Amino acid sequence: MSNWKTFTKGLFKDNPVFVMLLGMCPVLGVTTSAMNGLGMGLATTFVLTLSNVVISLIKNLIPDKVRIPAFIVVIASFVTIVDLCMAGYLPGLHSQLGLFIPLIVVNCIVLGRAESFASKNKTIPALFDGLGMGLGFTIALVALGGVREILGSGSIFDFKFVSDNASTLLIFVMPPGAFIALGYIIAITNKLNKKA
Amino acid sequence: MAPKKLESTFINMTIVLTCVAVVSAFSLGFVYSKTKARIQYAKEQKKLSAIKDVILPGFDNRPDKKVILVSDEYGVKLNAYVAMKGQKVTSYAIKTYTKQAFSGEMWLMVGITADGKINKIKTLEQKETPGLGTKITEMKFKGQFFGKDPANFNIKVKKDGGDVDSITAATVTSRAYSDAVGRAYNAFLKIKTTQE
Repeated sequence: MSNWKTFTKGLFKDNPVFVMLLGMCPVLGVTTSAMNGLGMGLATTFVLTLSNVVISLIKNLIPDKVRIPAFIVVIASFVTIVDLCMAGYLPGLHSQLGLFIPLIVVNCIVLGRAESFASKNKTIPALFDGLGMGLGFTIALVALGGVREILGSGSIFDFKFVSDNASTLLIFVMPPGAFIALGYIIAITNKLNKKA
Repeated sequence: MAPKKLESTFINMTIVLTCVAVVSAFSLGFVYSKTKARIQYAKEQKKLSAIKDVILPGFDNRPDKKVILVSDEYGVKLNAYVAMKGQKVTSYAIKTYTKQAFSGEMWLMVGITADGKINKIKTLEQKETPGLGTKITEMKFKGQFFGKDPANFNIKVKKDGGDVDSITAATVTSRAYSDAVGRAYNAFLKIKTTQE
């Protein structure tokens, strides 16, 4: 499989959220606005790409029986690095995303790609796999966050297009709205993927 | 394809896991030492800007460095930041809270002028229902406190016999907000009496 294919499969055909249904917790939790989705998606992409690269580099040094703890330590280190850098340089976004940044550690996409791709492939494909999956995750979060923000707050990327007193579909900002919006988006992507 | 993996012997596993942990500990320590000052700075800036938002303009000290601790009726210490011009106190920014909020705790920064009028209020932290309780951050609600002297403006919602117009369908939140503002005002009175 070429690197390009490895990269693009994460975006649509094997999209981690819409097709594989992985990492649902941050997907439903942080997507109250498109901006939050973008921040979370990029943070996850960063962790996913770097952990994929490092794990594919050290895969032959890790005995099989302790591979999971070793992978988790690698992933947790990168997550903490993201957490510290974000707290220092993007404090606004950091306080919005809050607990979900440390929780990238247990995002099953990250460990899933480490186990099923990075530990079996060379470094360059692992890099592209991480980038593709990460951007696929970002696309999904921005799409879901965008839909929820448009319907629930009447704005997109904090740009408000309805008046302050207009009544919006509040339910989409609240947790049930996340499930409803996600359900419809998955249905649409499934339909499109079947045609393709 | 893979060159031979390290076997899962006890010795191998111990050495590898130790190495992984040590390397990650060192890299985290490195990032932490690099970002520590920056995170501290971001935190201070956040605090300072919240104080500046509520106090009277025209002060010449660093209000976040001059703090008076005032205990409330539960013995919780509230921070009162003092803004001064020359030797004269112009206003206080009091960080206050309430436990009566609809969900979780609510934290406000209340600016009170030296002669006892509420200047401005800023919401620091709240977990109210989006679209209902979150209206406390809008001028339409919080504006009614600005410039009022609690000596002749009873900081309670009208349902409780006070002068505060509560938000439709969010009486609990409005009541909690008034409670927090009242707590700040009581702290202000305490400061006044100890100084005279």
